[in-house]
Amino acid sequence: MNIVVLVKQVPDTYSERKLDASDGRLDRDATDAVLDEINERAVEAALQIKEANGGSEVTVVTMGPDRATEAIRKALSMGADKAVHLTDGALAGSDAVSTAKALAKVIGTVDGFDLVLAGNEASDGRGGATPAMVADLLGVPALTHAREITVDGSSVTVRRETDDGVTVLTAELPAVVSVGEKINEPRYPSFKGIMAAKKKPVTTLSLADAGIDAGEVGSAGALSSVTSAQPKPPKSAGEKVIDEGDGGQKIAAFLVSQKLI
Amino acid sequence: MAEVLVLVDHVEGEVKKSTFELLTAARSLGEPSAVVVGAPGTAQKLSAALAANGAEKIYVAETDRTDFLTPQVDVLAALVGSASPTAVLVSASADGKEIAGRLAVRTGSAWLNDVIGVAGGDGVSATHSVFGGAFIAEAKSNTEHPVITLRPGAVDVEATAGAGTEQQVEVPAASGRGATVQSTEPIVGGDRPELTEASVVVSGGRGVGSADDFAVVEGLADALGAAVGASRAAVDSGYYPHQFQVGQTGKTVSPQLYIALGISGAIQHRAGMQTSKTIIAVNKDAEAPIFEIADFGVVGDLFQVAPQLKEEVAKRKG
Repeated sequence: MNIVVLVKQVPDTYSERKLDASDGRLDRDATDAVLDEINERAVEAALQIKEANGGSEVTVVTMGPDRATEAIRKALSMGADKAVHLTDGALAGSDAVSTAKALAKVIGTVDGFDLVLAGNEASDGRGGATPAMVADLLGVPALTHAREITVDGSSVTVRRETDDGVTVLTAELPAVVSVGEKINEPRYPSFKGIMAAKKKPVTTLSLADAGIDAGEVGSAGALSSVTSAQPKPPKSAGEKVIDEGDGGQKIAAFLVSQKLI
Repeated sequence: MAEVLVLVDHVEGEVKKSTFELLTAARSLGEPSAVVVGAPGTAQKLSAALAANGAEKIYVAETDRTDFLTPQVDVLAALVGSASPTAVLVSASADGKEIAGRLAVRTGSAWLNDVIGVAGGDGVSATHSVFGGAFIAEAKSNTEHPVITLRPGAVDVEATAGAGTEQQVEVPAASGRGATVQSTEPIVGGDRPELTEASVVVSGGRGVGSADDFAVVEGLADALGAAVGASRAAVDSGYYPHQFQVGQTGKTVSPQLYIALGISGAIQHRAGMQTSKTIIAVNKDAEAPIFEIADFGVVGDLFQVAPQLKEEVAKRKG
């Protein structure tokens, strides 16, 4: 089984995130960057499928600036076999549609993929549709928000779980599957894994290498543009009292004064 | 006036409220045309409600296809070609985002995702609330027929009747490269309101101390008719299920009233609730950052304060 995992370097959600005042984009230098947690779950899912299907290979695919190599190293040290990194200055400012197009092109450079795994929603953009968009571009089925994945020969079955309910979906391979928060607990890289990752092959592609037209991505190809971005004025603190046995009554009185109860 | 396509979200023969919000938003861009995709017989149950909420036209696309979400994408893509709409509006649910993203890829449209408002005039623009409301950003479409997903609850429904003229749409045959639905089960929500739609939310954090003690949070929530939420710390400690997590990696809520019990108020959590209209905090630690954004804070033991508040609420209800 030939498995591709899409990963993404994101700002750490435990640090404060900002929008760049000049272009309204996420200020990625202002925060620590980490491999998105949901991607670790996608890598874990890929490794479990690999372990259950002898002769499988897991390829990590990412796009982003040079520092995305940290996310690649993490995935390789967990046990992925190799990586492809699309990096090009012209990618900066790519919107969701052009990102999906670029990723689909890069996946196309991986020979005969059977399964593409991804996180269902990154913690930064929270678009929540990139896997489905990539699937549409590749002309393969999208099975999203997976709580469970079962690969059986040439088909894949997914238990899809969202706020609206549970749907069991099945499709013939090749297919794209996105995983949800509850799919698994990702493994920690072992020392051996970390050492081995240093020797695993990472192919770096430019736009030209991947056959992507620079006019279709980045700021040049953006189908929408941010016209303004402003921080909301911070909420100021109200009244604070020490409980002297009547804290609940004081809250109730406040709620009554605000006509909330 | 040009048409604005609105994808109808429906369940068991009823139109979801988010669709009426879409129809209201659509009127600021042009004439709303509702698009019903579903099994044969679906549209007749929905058309009266759609017309009453402003649908001038109702496209009826009924099909026996069982491939997942692809019929909606196929039908909308065909209508974008034939009707040249000003925009396509879809609800920003998990399914809606997926349909919209795939549609934007196929039609080469701008994709304005999870917006809280739209505006017409010189092209189509939309307002985004970013990082749990910490930033407000305006974006404009650089293409024709942008695909827009609207966050449920962001727009107040203003019902204005439309003509509701039905028009049949042929649904193309399945390409055979979709995922097939084997079975579906709706989520049983219980008696409490849905977290993201509730007007009052009571949340517990690490300070609650155990899964059993979350009963104190639930008790206050039930007295107020509120939804129950939890901080990431509480969820990670196994006190409460993940689907109730409020914060940067969970749900974003914006209720009239948010009561935080034993929640320190890390950025992780604040990002999911700081746009709440009124915030009440109870925490033992007087230095907890939650007090910086609370309209009213009590430094004290939540196990004393919350039951007393519950009693006061019950008294006032008589």
